Parts: sequence; C-alpha cells; structure tokens
Amino acid sequence: MSSDKSGFEPRIVAFLCNWCSYTGADLAGTARMKYPANVRTIRVMCSGRVDAQFVMKAFAEGADAVLISGCHTPSDCHYQEGNFKALRRYYLLKKMLPQFGIEPERLRLEWISAAEGDKFQEVCTEYTEQIKKLGPSPVKKGVKNG
Amino acid sequence: METIKLKINGFEVEAFDRQPLIEVAEKLGIKIPTLCHNPIIEPYGVCRVCTVEVRHGRRVRMVTACNYPVTNGIEVFTESERVIRNRKMIIEWLLARCGNVPVLNKLAEQYGITEPRFGRGTDDCILCGLCVRVCQDVVKANVLGFFERGPKRYVSTAFDQTSDLCITCGACASVCPTGCITVEGLQEGIYKEMPMGPITPIHIDFMQAVPKKAVIDHDSCINFKTGGCKVCVDVCEAEAIDHSMQETEKEVDVGTILLSTGFKLQDGEALKEYGYGKYPNILTSLDFEVLNNANGPTGGKIFTQEGKVPKAIGIIHCVGSRDKKYHEYCSRVCCMYALKFAHLIKEKIHDCEVYNFYIDMRCFGKGYEEFYNRLLKEGVNFVRGKVAEINDAALDKSEEGKLILRAEDTMIGTVRRIPVDMVVLCLAVEAQEDAKELSHFFSCSVGRDGFFIEKHPKLAPVSTAADGIFIAGMAQGPKDIPDTVAQAGAASSAMLSLIQQKEVEAEVVTAMIDEETCSGCQICVGLCPYTAITYNKDKNKSELNEALCKGCGTCVAACPSGAAQQKNFRDSQIFAEIKGILAV
Repeated sequence: MSSDKSGFEPRIVAFLCNWCSYTGADLAGTARMKYPANVRTIRVMCSGRVDAQFVMKAFAEGADAVLISGCHTPSDCHYQEGNFKALRRYYLLKKMLPQFGIEPERLRLEWISAAEGDKFQEVCTEYTEQIKKLGPSPVKKGVKNG
Repeated sequence: METIKLKINGFEVEAFDRQPLIEVAEKLGIKIPTLCHNPIIEPYGVCRVCTVEVRHGRRVRMVTACNYPVTNGIEVFTESERVIRNRKMIIEWLLARCGNVPVLNKLAEQYGITEPRFGRGTDDCILCGLCVRVCQDVVKANVLGFFERGPKRYVSTAFDQTSDLCITCGACASVCPTGCITVEGLQEGIYKEMPMGPITPIHIDFMQAVPKKAVIDHDSCINFKTGGCKVCVDVCEAEAIDHSMQETEKEVDVGTILLSTGFKLQDGEALKEYGYGKYPNILTSLDFEVLNNANGPTGGKIFTQEGKVPKAIGIIHCVGSRDKKYHEYCSRVCCMYALKFAHLIKEKIHDCEVYNFYIDMRCFGKGYEEFYNRLLKEGVNFVRGKVAEINDAALDKSEEGKLILRAEDTMIGTVRRIPVDMVVLCLAVEAQEDAKELSHFFSCSVGRDGFFIEKHPKLAPVSTAADGIFIAGMAQGPKDIPDTVAQAGAASSAMLSLIQQKEVEAEVVTAMIDEETCSGCQICVGLCPYTAITYNKDKNKSELNEALCKGCGTCVAACPSGAAQQKNFRDSQIFAEIKGILAV
C-alpha cells in the first residue's frame, strides 16, 4: 500500500449492490485486479437499500469517505428502479453533510456494472487518492467511537 | 372407386375405372411420349404425340393416352406398327410448324425422321397450351391466353402488353416443353436475391436445420399471391401441407431458459482500407464458406466474380479482432477456419498460391497445431504481418485486374506487395446487436464487448446472475464448435438438475414489517416496485406480501420508524458491519 508523506490511510466504506457493483468487484477479484485496501465493502441487495443512516453511521464510526455504488441508470437495476432511489438519497446527503461539517466530496455515487471490474478498480484507486489529499474526516476528532 | 382390368402391350393390369390411360401405363413402366401433358394440369390432348392404339372387342381406335379414360376389357398397344406410323406423321406435322425445337428434333431422331416431308417451320411454340393452362388453372393468375384462330393462333398476354397480373412465378417457363418461354432477367434476379442459389418456395432451410422439415416461404409461394397452385397439397402423400396455417404467438411456462443467441459477423464495409463491398472479389469468411460449399451456387467450385479460377488467394486473419480500433478480443475461430480454407483451396486448385496474413497463429487445442504443420508442408504461404490496404492499382500488365495486398512481413522485415485474384477477410465475431436489450429482459448482464457474462468464469461458467437463466455458445463469448457443444451440454444438464429438484427456494432476503412499530405513514407503499406492500386501513398499518417481495430493501431504507426490516440485512446488522469494518 502506498502512503503519502503524512502516512494517512483513509478508511472508505463502500456500499455495493449485490447484482452489479458487488459482482463487478468480484470480477475485479477474479481478474486479479488490485484496488487499495482502504476501501472496505459492504454488500446490500440494492443501492436503494442504502439508508441515509448508514452513511451517517459510517462517518460517525470514523470513516473518511463513503462510496455508494449501484447498477447503471436507467435500466440496469435488478429491482427496476432502486438505483434512482439511491440517487435521490445521494442528493439529500450531499446537502446534509456540510451541515455536520463534513465535506460533500466525502460521499460519492458511482454506477458500476457487473462487467466493469476495471471501473471498480479505477474508482477505488482514484477515490482513495482524492481522500488522501483531502485528509482525515473532521468527525473523528469530535465524536467518540462506539 | 371401381377397379377394372385391361391389357397394355400384352400385360394385364388393374386400374381404376376411367383413369387416364397415360397414368396406368406409367405405373407399368411403359413410357408414352407426350409434349402437352403434365400430371399437375388437366389433360388437353392437343399435341397428339401420345397417340396409342386401343382395341375393344372388334373396334380399333387411335386415341391420345393422356386424356383417354380406361374401361374394362380394353387392349392397348403403345408401340404397334400403326402407332409408330401415326406418331411419325404427327411429329412431321409438328416439325412443319416448329422445325428447330430441340425436343421435337430429338423425338424425330428417335422415330427415324431425317428429312420431314412437310419441311421445317421456324416457329418455336407448338401451341400445346401448357403455359396457358398452368397460368389459368394452377397459378390462377390468368395472364396468358390464346389469341386469333386457325393458323394464326398464338399464345400471348392481353393486347400483347406486359401484364400487371403476372407475378413472375415462372410456372409457364417451367412447363413449356419447347423452352420457348423465358423469364427476362431471371438468372441475375435470383442471384441478387438469393446468393446461395435458387431455392423453391418449399425448401428445407439449411442442411443442419432442426427440425429438418420443409417450410413454405410466404413471400414467394404462389398460393399466397393468387390463391391458386396448391400443387404441393396434391402431391404430398402425408397430407402435411396446410396453407391456411397462421403464425401464432404462444405463451409457454418454463422453469429455466437458455440464452444461446449466437453471434454476428462484423460489418466488413466498416474497414475502409480493405475495400469490402468495393471490390467484388473481396469476400468475408461466410461469403467464402458459401462459395466453397458443395451445396452452394457454384457447387463448391471456387471462382472469382468474373468466373475465372483464381491463381492466388489472400486470407487475412484478425480483421477487426485484436485491434484496438474495433475489438480488443481474439475471435478465436478465425485461425482454424482460415487454415481450413487454405487447405480446401489447395485441394481444389492445386497450383493456386494461398497467402495467410496473420498476427499470431493461435492453433490451440487438440490436433490443431498438427494441422498447421501439415499446411506448412502443403505449401501454403504464411506471412506474419497485418495487411495495411487492399487496392487494384496495377503497376504493370501482369497486375491488371488483380487485387494488390500491401503488408509488412515482420519475419523478413520488409513491406511486401502481393497481387492476388481473391481475398478472404476473417472478420471478427461480434455479439448480437440486441444482446443488451435481451440481458435487461432476463436480468442478466452483458460485458463491455456485448457478450453475456457468466456467474463465475470457473465455478459457474454456464449460469448467469439471474437464477434459472443459462448461457451457451457464441452468445457468451467467441468459441468454436467443439467448445460450444461442450458448453451447451453443460448448460442443459445444469438446467435439468434445476428442473429435477422440483422445488425452488424462494427469495430469502424479503422485507418484513413489524406491526407494533408501523405508524401507517405509507411511505413504503409508493416506493415498492413490486406492489408487495398494501395499506390496511382498519389496522392503520402497512402489510407486506412476501410472495411478491423480491427483497430489494428500498422500503426498509425509507421507513422512518424502523418498522420495515430486511431479513439478513437488518439495520442493526448493517450498523454492526459498519462498526466492524471501521474498527481497525
């Protein structure tokens, strides 16, 4: 794992939908593509399952960034339109996060299909680099873990 | 029908009463010459060539066999002296009208007529009326008819004008005994519309068709145009033909589905540098396969478009495959079929030079490398290098009319210029255009290259992400026939094992709504894409139908009171997961 001068290793929580993004991450695995270990994945059945609470909880638990990934809009969603519901919550969270003192860049939404193992790798690598530059989450200092 | 007995040339036979004499004779194997008779058309008795001698008791008559109804006890002579004399006379009369018709001359030769007594006429229609009858009675197009009377009689269309009613079925030309009717532009028209060569409206689609049954082409069948013909119905002994059948859509309930929708060949015209479509002697691999096929238009003989036997043929590998501009993947089948082509060309035209232009020879698998080595011994030329362009710019006389291939030969490190007579492009195999649409329909997915994605490349190579949907063949990715057969076998047994289980496990990960905590806000009701949630007015609660729920969890994420939960994905479980992964 490469680290920058300060030695800061961000922790990124990735919520991946079961059908596209998680399978895409799987594909990245079977194709032996490497992505930074900073990204820690949580499988949900659909990106529509990602509750705003999950994101807030992740930040409260000390995550430096959150990545939500689902099937491509408009028609790839296994559950017809769950990705659109994720999109709605994403815009809501983007507005909400600054009110908590969290930079909106710390939340990212990506559409990654089951065939895009390479895109998953790219997104993870690039996002990790971006968060490294951004520095640790401001929440960490103020909120007690647990 | 009543059966009767009669004698033909001394043989006693049984026949139906009033059956045409020519039919009875034919069954016996006695051939009576005729010009105006065709079994599909009512007999007419006009050419008189089928004249035979019939004796009934003391009565002796000369009759035409085609329309003479047999009766009990008659005795027939088809080759008696009197018959021969009569027939000779009839042929001579016919020759007096049509002296140069081959079929008549052949008959004349058979009957020993060298110089007809009445001279030779120059007409070529014997006025047998077959064309008129077939047009009226069989095809029911009513285009042809007789005009004028007596010696002026002739066959034509109304007012001798081109008729709008003619459907160009060609029936008149096919029944004409003298061959004096031709359909203009028929040959060119056929090859334009049917590059595989002419086929009749009733045909077996292709040699490997499953089921191997004849089909009727709706567009070219005469019955669908005029309501007539139906000759096939009369001829088919199994009575299998029914023109009134309609295309129907059927709904079939199935448990598993196999997607084996195959591939399509890349459009050759997209590669401008190779001039496909511009030069007629540049063929795609499938074009060449047709040309080379024993059932093809040339009967398997290799000709250029000009009808010449090619002296040099270039085969270009990896056209559109392994090419960042088109497809990055290897099409996998080209190397081997290109070698097959080279081998067959050498076998058919011994002195033909065959040039294979390749990037790498990928002769994977059993016996393939050996085949490559065999071709090296057969004298096939292999040039390692990609062809840059094909044109017809000749530098000298010897190159005129040839296709010039320019390619770098990386083995000897020089650019070569090779004139050939024919070029075969081994175009890339591509996913079907509607594969993506199909994948949405079946909730499975396609890769970036458009081929269906398997669930796991090693552990579940024939399954997809959707339960019960399986894939096999080129639809999954480029592969040759042995691989396709193997994969199809694996897919079908995987499907069978699923069917054998009799029971399928339902979705486990459904949502559930806790009645205690539900406040009846109904946010979830509108969100559910499967209408699995209904609002119970009496209880002021939302209720979930587990059978309809597919378990996406959208309702759970939206529930403000936490009453909706998802099995295995409860809020508390995911919170614990978040806590867990962030603990370190």
